[in-house]
Amino acid sequence: MTVFPESDRVHQRHWGFLIGAGLLGVAAIVAIFAPFITPHDPFQQDLALRLKPPFWHEGAEPGYLLGTDQLGRDYLSRLIYGTRISLVLGLGAVLISGLIGITLGIVAGYFGGWIDTAISALITTRLSLPVVLVALAIVAIVGGSLTVVLLVIGLLLWDQFAVVARTATMSLRNAEYIAAARAMGTSRLHILVREVLPNIRAPLIVVATVEMANAILIEAALSFLGLGVQAPLPSWGLMLSEGKNFMFFSPWLITLPGVCLFTLTLAINLMGDGLRDVQARDR
Amino acid sequence: MTGFLLRRLALALFVLVTISVITFVLSHVAVDPALGVAGDSATDEDIAAIRAQYGFDRPYLVQYAAYIGNVLSGDFGRSYLSGEPVIGLVAERVPATALLAFLSIVFALALSVPLGVLAALHPNSLLDRLALSLAVFGQAIPNFWAGLLLILVFGLNLGWLPISGSSSLAHFVLPSITLGTFAMPALMRLVRAGMIEVLDADYIRTARAMGLKERTVLWKYALRNAVLPVVSLTAVQFGFMLGGSIVVESIFAIQGIGYLAWQSMSRADMPVIQAIVLLVSMAYIVLTLAADLLNAALDPRLRRAS
Repeated sequence: MTVFPESDRVHQRHWGFLIGAGLLGVAAIVAIFAPFITPHDPFQQDLALRLKPPFWHEGAEPGYLLGTDQLGRDYLSRLIYGTRISLVLGLGAVLISGLIGITLGIVAGYFGGWIDTAISALITTRLSLPVVLVALAIVAIVGGSLTVVLLVIGLLLWDQFAVVARTATMSLRNAEYIAAARAMGTSRLHILVREVLPNIRAPLIVVATVEMANAILIEAALSFLGLGVQAPLPSWGLMLSEGKNFMFFSPWLITLPGVCLFTLTLAINLMGDGLRDVQARDR
Repeated sequence: MTGFLLRRLALALFVLVTISVITFVLSHVAVDPALGVAGDSATDEDIAAIRAQYGFDRPYLVQYAAYIGNVLSGDFGRSYLSGEPVIGLVAERVPATALLAFLSIVFALALSVPLGVLAALHPNSLLDRLALSLAVFGQAIPNFWAGLLLILVFGLNLGWLPISGSSSLAHFVLPSITLGTFAMPALMRLVRAGMIEVLDADYIRTARAMGLKERTVLWKYALRNAVLPVVSLTAVQFGFMLGGSIVVESIFAIQGIGYLAWQSMSRADMPVIQAIVLLVSMAYIVLTLAADLLNAALDPRLRRAS
């Protein structure tokens, strides 16, 4: 079982998917090998080297390719470690929300009846909650850290997984191979995990890409508001928040982390759109 | 219709009750409200006295009943910081947020409806590709970053527009663009998809065959039908904006409920946070309920389907 069943066909035809996957691959490599490719320690402060501009500006400091921040820390190194935070957060949150949402959606779609009514009401409730507000409130109570933010976002973003899994499961509840499995006396759990899940995989992967981009943006927003990942961790959102006080004279402090954030979410969205296009074509 | 109406209302009520439980847990169980009321300098005796006086020592179920009773009579408690009733604090901030959300939706619709229609008229053309690219960009761009860039370019470098506060309509231009960009992609995709589907329908072919003017066909017949789902999504997006405006309001220092929420969170002022979460959720529930009922009234098929 391959993770991306369509990828063989996608990469030949869909430029958006190819660019997105390429960028995401680069981000993953950067994140994994961060300690080996950073020119400096991302936490090392040097007040003598405060707010040095990137190399294309006058007065750039040799050895500090993208300049330094308000505490004299190497900006490139911090951006590289920021990739780690965003990817870990995105993947972790999607794993949690996917597990919750897909379980709820499959159960609701397969069993129907009052179980479906109950789970649908739960989905509606979740949709009515303002995600950023609730996440901020919980972080304000519990205290901010990468783990807390990851858990909170993971526990909030399951709604689309549930909606899509439910609809997809309902459409194949009465398929012949499901009926056959049932007639053979296969256990319900086995049917749900081995028969239903693999057959609704494709739309769920698209949801996963959308929600991963979402989770990354929400983390950045929470950290930007000061109620997310805490200093001195180099979260891109936090870097934007720290840099905004200096943005008039040192605009790179906000342009660079924003470009990173934008590129990463764009890459993930392009992959998702590519997969969706191919699925629509196959249908 | 009555059956649909009752089911839909029952669902709305269930959601409301569940959310009130969540906000109760946030403000009464997850944190000790007696500590909040007492303030930082209170002694243990003070806190115990407050606990008894406010009834925070009663079982949670009793407290929840009292909480619901208060909320129903419009009493959301008092701010830990200022001691003022929360409902007044929130009410005076609602106009700014409502205006921001309204202007953002107007901006998003002004961009997404014409673009979506034009893209649908010429699928796979250069214009269509541009429109879709714009949607992809709008979806991926972090809205607080977009806000900062707008401040940098139009506020600081060009000096065209004010960047902080909410005292005049000009103050709302950059924030509305920032927030509207966030709602635009989904709306535009929906207009485009709806128009493509409708333009393919038999009654459009008939209208064209009868020799009606292309403009009449487009705006009078096609768009009216394509716009139905857009109404629901607009309601949903409006609800999202009330909650999502927190980031934009904090960047542009707009004195709305999002800014109030952010200030309250930094100081753990739970009564205010709880009231805002509850009120924003209620606004969302009412908006989606209204959109569902409107759609059901317009389209009989929906009433039977669910």
